[in-house]
Amino acid sequence: MIRPDADTLLEIVDLQARVEDKPILKGVNLTIKAGEIHAVMGRNGSGKSTLSKVLAGHPAYTVTGGSVLYRGANLLDLEPEQRARLGLFLGFQYPVEIPGVSNLEFLRVSTNARRGEKGEEELDTFAFEDLVRERLQVVQMDPAFLERSVNEGFSGGEKKRNEILQMALLDPLVAILDETDSGLDIDALRIVAGGVNHLASPDNATLLITHYQRLLDVITPDYVHVMAGGRILRTGGKELALELEDRGYDWVDQELAVLEVA
Amino acid sequence: MSSSTSVGDLVSQPYKYGFVTDIETDKIDKGLSEDVVRLISSKKDEPQFLLDFRLRAYKQWLRMEEPDWATLGHPAIDYQEMIYYAAPRQQEKKASLDEVDPKLLETFEKLGIPLSEQKRLSNVAVDAVFDSVSIATTYREKLAEHGVIFCSISEAVKDHPDLIERYLGTVVPSNDNFFAALNSAVFSDGSFVFIPKGVACPMELSTYFRINSGDTGQFERTLIVAEEGASVSYLEGCTAPMFDTNQLHAAVVELVTLDDASIKYSTVQNWYAGDENGVGGIYNFVTKRGHCRGDRSHISWTQVETGSAITWKYPSCVLQGADSVGEFYSVALTNNLQQADTGTKMVHVGPRTRSTIVSKGISAGRSSNSYRGLVQIGPKATGARNYSQCDSMLIGDQAAANTYPYIRSQQPEASVEHEASTCRISADQLFYLQSRGIGFEEAVSMMVSGFCRDVFNQLPMEFAAEADKLLALKLEGSVG
Repeated sequence: MIRPDADTLLEIVDLQARVEDKPILKGVNLTIKAGEIHAVMGRNGSGKSTLSKVLAGHPAYTVTGGSVLYRGANLLDLEPEQRARLGLFLGFQYPVEIPGVSNLEFLRVSTNARRGEKGEEELDTFAFEDLVRERLQVVQMDPAFLERSVNEGFSGGEKKRNEILQMALLDPLVAILDETDSGLDIDALRIVAGGVNHLASPDNATLLITHYQRLLDVITPDYVHVMAGGRILRTGGKELALELEDRGYDWVDQELAVLEVA
Repeated sequence: MSSSTSVGDLVSQPYKYGFVTDIETDKIDKGLSEDVVRLISSKKDEPQFLLDFRLRAYKQWLRMEEPDWATLGHPAIDYQEMIYYAAPRQQEKKASLDEVDPKLLETFEKLGIPLSEQKRLSNVAVDAVFDSVSIATTYREKLAEHGVIFCSISEAVKDHPDLIERYLGTVVPSNDNFFAALNSAVFSDGSFVFIPKGVACPMELSTYFRINSGDTGQFERTLIVAEEGASVSYLEGCTAPMFDTNQLHAAVVELVTLDDASIKYSTVQNWYAGDENGVGGIYNFVTKRGHCRGDRSHISWTQVETGSAITWKYPSCVLQGADSVGEFYSVALTNNLQQADTGTKMVHVGPRTRSTIVSKGISAGRSSNSYRGLVQIGPKATGARNYSQCDSMLIGDQAAANTYPYIRSQQPEASVEHEASTCRISADQLFYLQSRGIGFEEAVSMMVSGFCRDVFNQLPMEFAAEADKLLALKLEGSVG
């Protein structure tokens, strides 16, 4: 939902970053306001996943230029855990397995970290159990997954549902979902998308990172950005995604070639 | 990763127990000879049988060589450059704590082991050993009401010579190995526990060992006997000051269980480990063995090994009684240049004996961590069963983990299972937890305690949380 008077949540200006010695982001500009749903599309290697990891603070990426303001404060100065506590959420493309760490305990510790930052009281195990059981319904997840180790032995779809469950518990202001649709069958896609739609509100914003139109059939974006060569090349409404679906990415490559010569 | 969160910083936390207590000590001259063995024995005013035991061990030791089969490397130890007896200068073991040098009480208080009546732990009796002597044992009277003997081994030699003569050296013979022979010749102090027939010890027993002198070897000797149907849970803890020289610690622990008896022996070992360049630290060469002498008896070892420059230690069970049970639960953590070669031996002699081995090795820094274990099933151990699980966790990319399981079975009916795994704390796992608002240190400690849970669950409740914290502290700065 686009409202001109909405608060700006995230303001990315000329962001550049590299991994080891390889520059990946070469000047990304993007502004996200409350209530909006943005989609960033692009080929593999265009820099879209890197953008999500840089925003979340992954240590493997080094920011070499530009700035990111999160609700007016310098996001890049913050540790990953501080970003999360302040309401920035990254849904991973490949959530890692953490053997030995109970999913329920992990969810509780992270929920309390976020609640503490918001000035809300910590939930004890009983209060948390009530909350998590209620939020499980958002993603139609079996409570048995709470008793297991974090993501251990989960199928691809179960891992993605666990991500959206975390999002439902952490109540983020900006949720970045990196290829959340990859590896999902159509039923799982519908459940995950239903969860994302359910959680979207006029106060928060969502940044979807995706390859395909099919996610955007179930979550309608306000803005679609096409990324290539570490930049956002074009921005448009939801129809831009359909155009990409029709024409493929070849024209993007051509535009990029022109840009890089220039 | 920003500097404030590198695992390296986490692990490089200073050793909290590295202080030296300034106290006058009674030391004998360095070096080892028959005269030194006689001098130690006479200083302790020992009966003839014990002097004979020491002299026999000394002669055996002279003919033995240091074992070299472990995955360990260290400069040669000069046994003539070491002091074999050091004791804080006080005349007699004090009748009451009020007479113990306040400096010593203060030392133990600093270590988190308050001994005074007001502050002591409410359900744990403690024997505090400082350098070579026991300085105080709490709750002795209360234990005596139940017939439980808990005192230093020197006192036991005086007050219960018959029990010492009957059991000492019967589980670990003096010629068992090089370090056991050395200990048998020169051992200074340690704890003695005797639980009479049918008694369940009413409280946890604990011995806290503190090395203070810089040039002294520590050779303590512990003997625990549980008679028919008796049971006890015992915990030992240990720390030492930081010196840039290496100190030798060669202890012997013997456990005996008669029919239906059980002993649960837990260790939290936090000797000084040396600095990040491997300078200093304790050489910990320890022989621990339990003998399930009686039918249906039960011996369980739980160890959390975090300290020492070198750990060479294989708490073992000889399962002689029919249906007896041996258990070994171990967490060994090495960091920087620490080396550990640790594991167990389960020797199945009697029929239907069972043993369980759960070993968790965590290697960080440039350390080396080996599990070495033997499961031996003798010809009479019909229906014997063993289950072993050995897991290794690597932190960073310069640490080493090895697993050496040995299985010897002379009994076709026996069942032996062995499982092993290796994992690594990856930067991606840590980032995942961080991106959910969990701080770096907490993330590491969540993963490590998850890995160790099966072992920590075996520790007495009072110490499980402490072990968790200790590991987190030891790992500070090691990931990143």
